[in-house]
Amino acid sequence: MKITFPHMGNMDIVLKALLSELGHEVITPPPITKKTLSLGVQYSPEFACLPLKVNIGNFIEAVEKGADTVIMAGGIGPCRFGYYNQVQREILKDMGVQLNMVVLEPPDQHIGELLKRLRLITGSNSWWKLIKAIRFSYEKCLALDAIEKEASRLRCRELQRGDVDKVYRQGRKAIDQARSVKEVRKKQEEYIQAMQALPLDWHKKVVKIGMVGEIYTLLEPTASGYMEKHLGYLGAEVDRSLYLSEWVNEHLFKGLLSVKGHKETRKLAKPYLSCVVGGHGQESIGGAIEYAHKGFDGVIQVGPLTCMPEIVAQSIMPLIEKDYGLPVLTIYTDEQTGEAGLITRLEAFIDMLERKKLAIRQIDI
Amino acid sequence: MDTAKDALFLGVDVGSVSTNLVLVDKEGQVHEALYLRTQGRPLETVLKGMKKLAELYQNDQIQGVGTTGSARNLAAIVVGADVIKNEITAHAVAASTLVPGVRTILEIGGQDSKLIIMKDGVVTDFSMNTVCAAGTGSFLDQQASRLQIPIEDFGKLAVDAKHPVRIAGRCSVFAESDMIHKQQMGHSLEDIIGGLCEALVRNFLNNLGKGKKIEPPIVFQGGVAANIGMCKAFEKELGHVVKVPKYHKVMGAVGAALLASEAVVQRGGNSNFKGFTVAEQPFRAHSWECSDCPNLCEIIELKESESILARWGDRCGKWTNSLPAFSEVSKSVEVEATTPS
Ligand code: SF4
Repeated sequence: MKITFPHMGNMDIVLKALLSELGHEVITPPPITKKTLSLGVQYSPEFACLPLKVNIGNFIEAVEKGADTVIMAGGIGPCRFGYYNQVQREILKDMGVQLNMVVLEPPDQHIGELLKRLRLITGSNSWWKLIKAIRFSYEKCLALDAIEKEASRLRCRELQRGDVDKVYRQGRKAIDQARSVKEVRKKQEEYIQAMQALPLDWHKKVVKIGMVGEIYTLLEPTASGYMEKHLGYLGAEVDRSLYLSEWVNEHLFKGLLSVKGHKETRKLAKPYLSCVVGGHGQESIGGAIEYAHKGFDGVIQVGPLTCMPEIVAQSIMPLIEKDYGLPVLTIYTDEQTGEAGLITRLEAFIDMLERKKLAIRQIDI
Repeated sequence: MDTAKDALFLGVDVGSVSTNLVLVDKEGQVHEALYLRTQGRPLETVLKGMKKLAELYQNDQIQGVGTTGSARNLAAIVVGADVIKNEITAHAVAASTLVPGVRTILEIGGQDSKLIIMKDGVVTDFSMNTVCAAGTGSFLDQQASRLQIPIEDFGKLAVDAKHPVRIAGRCSVFAESDMIHKQQMGHSLEDIIGGLCEALVRNFLNNLGKGKKIEPPIVFQGGVAANIGMCKAFEKELGHVVKVPKYHKVMGAVGAALLASEAVVQRGGNSNFKGFTVAEQPFRAHSWECSDCPNLCEIIELKESESILARWGDRCGKWTNSLPAFSEVSKSVEVEATTPS
């Protein structure tokens, strides 16, 4: 069995660690490039959203490298992502691509259910070994999130364009190669320190932007047109309302660990949106309110074009803007999104926040 | 006024349809405005504009330079810009300087449209449409030529409409076939053109105006603002007077010039302006597709004689970083563009 999976930010390293620990041969799909996207677009229905198209591209490229089995997350609730694995299975079948699909649905009750589903790929490994593998890969997940977070915080302060990303990429590699929990933690520390030791302008006045929205566009940089990087280059400190480790803990481990979850976030959204609309609609609203509480200058909501939960959230954002005095910019992306137009809008948004700050400062004087 | 002695600021707005160069004084008074067709050749067009200005002005009159528009980075390197800004900020700065107290800016250019909401001279909200052709200048141009009416008369005819017909304006393809249909049904040309203007205005407000409160004073700018039919349609739909500034066509360039004046003051008076003689320099821009990885980035390179001035377009930084001299130049410009003013 040669297992592959779709890309989503740093998830490749985490899944590779998990599966190799269990003794599987892992084939990581090539990085998402224009080629991946055009393969995906060619074989997917036009009105499907970007994540599905990129997934298909990943699968095709992984099969070219010899993969025969793919693991894919499923979903529950009104968002169509829940049945994407079925659609994808059919598309691949029509193309004549041989690929087994193992779908991991989030457990309804508790972690035992997930373990049972994982059994399909755990084979003859003991429970003990399985738990150890999960722990090890989750440790990598935490470390990757930590260095990514730091990169988004510091990018706007680098004196030499590209420095932070260079260290971030090296850190990603080092964590990928780490062989023990202890080593993973050490690498995390090491690379965060290396980032902080770069020539940075700590006095620079920056605007703080929180990103909320749909999980795939938040986690996978190519799906948002490298938005975090561009925002950093334009002088904004960026934080995201969602990181992989949080999602895994909340949805797969059912909040077993003491990682920050989104229960509070959803509670904040209640007065505006009291029911589940699928995807991360509620979290987008709640996340924006959280950023307002934390004193952020603005929020950017991202999602793939036609993403229903985000459209619902978007229609509520004007209320949040008004009630909390917090500017929100919504951006949908698809394969037609041009980077130049995206940058123009991001720059205009940052300008707006900076000038607003300046105006307030002048009134203070 | 003896223009030769005034201190002026140059603003350059290079869009996909038109390239505008303006000279503005400290008060925001426009002394010179050039409006050129870009025709897919931004570099040549900027140089042409510089040449024209060189005949009328001296280098030392220019105290600062700003660029904006989709080719703002290219233009910045050619003229030596002090500030590079996006179109939205540039339009907002120009409108709030020339029309103090403005709350809403409607802007329709050749390829895109914008809606900007302001309060106390600061942008509080904006939206920008870059994918929909219905409601842009190019679409109006196209319809005018299909109906064989000079675009200048297009708006006047719309105003004469007695009963503007309802045109499906959501999409340029449907709008066109709907217009042909209404023509065949025997509606007058005036009523059809009037209906088209109303449809485009509805489309603009539906696309860009969602969740935004449109309050007066309202300014309408961009190339399409010259069309009196569109102005009237906006006024009818919004129920407020819509003002069209005299230099509505070149507001982006005016904004860039005003931003340059801010930037130069902050920096203590020095400008990066290279002088009008750049028009004689043998600049060359060309592009190719990098095939070193499946991203197939489109790399653009700018050369002056044989030395490479700038490269951009690469995802990985391989090409931009291979130019030590450039990374210095671009850094100074970019830092300038992003520090809070
Ligand atoms: S410039 Fe870099 S990212 Fe782009 S195609 Fe070439 S190697 Fe790939």
